[in-house]
Amino acid sequence: MDKYTIENLELFYGDFKALKNINLNIKEKEITAFIGPSGCGKSTLLKTLNRMNDLVEGCRIKGKIKLDGEDIYGKIDVNHLRKRVGMVFQKPNPFPMSIFDNIAYGPRTHGIHSKSRLSEIVEKSLKDVAIWDEVKDRLNKSALGLSGGQQQRLCIARALAVEPEVILMDEPTSALDPISTSKIEDLTVELKEKYTIIMVTHNMQQAARISDKTAFFLLGDMVEFNDTEKLFSMPEDKRTEDYITGRFG
Amino acid sequence: MRKYSESIMKVVFLIAACVSIIAVILICVFLFASGVPAIKEIGISDFLLGNSWKPNQELYGIFPMIIGSIYVTAGSIIIGVPIGLLCAVFMARYCPKGLYRILKPAVDLLAGIPSIVYGFFGLMVIVPMVQGSLGGSGKCLLTASILLGIMILPTIISVSESNIRAVPEYYYEGSLALGATKERSVFRAVLPAAKMGILAGVILGIGRAIGETMAVVMVCGNQAIMPEGITSGVRTLTANIVLEMGYASGLHREALIATAVVLFVFILIINLSFTALKRRAD
Repeated sequence: MDKYTIENLELFYGDFKALKNINLNIKEKEITAFIGPSGCGKSTLLKTLNRMNDLVEGCRIKGKIKLDGEDIYGKIDVNHLRKRVGMVFQKPNPFPMSIFDNIAYGPRTHGIHSKSRLSEIVEKSLKDVAIWDEVKDRLNKSALGLSGGQQQRLCIARALAVEPEVILMDEPTSALDPISTSKIEDLTVELKEKYTIIMVTHNMQQAARISDKTAFFLLGDMVEFNDTEKLFSMPEDKRTEDYITGRFG
Repeated sequence: MRKYSESIMKVVFLIAACVSIIAVILICVFLFASGVPAIKEIGISDFLLGNSWKPNQELYGIFPMIIGSIYVTAGSIIIGVPIGLLCAVFMARYCPKGLYRILKPAVDLLAGIPSIVYGFFGLMVIVPMVQGSLGGSGKCLLTASILLGIMILPTIISVSESNIRAVPEYYYEGSLALGATKERSVFRAVLPAAKMGILAGVILGIGRAIGETMAVVMVCGNQAIMPEGITSGVRTLTANIVLEMGYASGLHREALIATAVVLFVFILIINLSFTALKRRAD
């Protein structure tokens, strides 16, 4: 089933056209990877999916993005959209508060205040990202004391705590060491059982390893979108082939 | 030749740096040399905790003034901090650019107004307002607190604003991405991240309030008594000094200098806590 349907999407920063006529269907409970060189529009496209691009001054879009058939640029509650569509950022960004409060931030935002309920959510979320054993004795300590990889898993747990349907990941491992990266990758693969995951990555091997579908972007165009296996073994477009074989980028 | 002038400049810089340090040291030496003997003569507990300040009867108890200074400062914090903080939040996160171009210089101007002008404003505007609504002379603890609350606004606003602006944008975005409203993101994610810096601004404001003299003298009533309520007249440490220094002599004069010693210790404590906080904030 299609989770997202993107129709004739164009995005402008002022006069600059950053995305050109994007048409894309993203399937539920799969990992979809966006790849392409810097400035190709892949992160921009990701941000349109939970409307984080609203924060960018002078940014406007044409076309439609539908989540479960509903236009997310129509009359919807943006905060509710962002509850349904969680996001993990490039640089781990835990809040400067305790580990517990970091995870509880989202649920509290959405009206859960019972201490026992919050404890349950915190434990479950941290277990889901396989970090519970590492942090269970220091839940009241600052999250900023964790390592980069732990912080990023904490951020994923924080996103899971509000029970989203989709998780957007914006180069989630680019600031991490190889071991942390592989942990996050394993985690992502586990998470797709329950969530639709869309991931921007600079790292083609990463896309090849974990994603089901891959979209290749170049200068604001979506050049090719296909099963990951196909895209990497028999790219249809010459530009895709040049990119994945390392001729540019 | 060039080397020569360079070493001359070095000496010039060194002298410039020394002048300010020497000034601080001289002030300390002067204050303590003239003040401490007076405290000894009066008796430290009679001086600090004595309830009556009656120089003609040789009674030099500054406890009412210590309490006066603390009350007036606390009052100004209660009034100035919420307003200043919310103003800083508005300026840093909500203010349209056009309005900011007016608001920012206005706040800076507020900082530059001489305190005697604030005093006149207090006398002509706040005193009649308090008098009209609460009775009495209008020159009281409340009036002084309101006026000082306004006077510390620029300090609190500018320090808080720069600290709020210094919070990395990804805290704000992280909060929004969890479905939080803009208000919640600003107050629950951005502000806590700036709290150390904001606290430093508040302490700076306290320092300003406790040291303020001219404006306070004009609106606080100046009775050397323990304040009994917010409409009671009050005298601060600074007011005590400025009111009587002109004609005091002998032990009376030294008692006033000793009052300045107490004030100086207050400021020292405030500055030290400011530095400590600043270090923790960075």
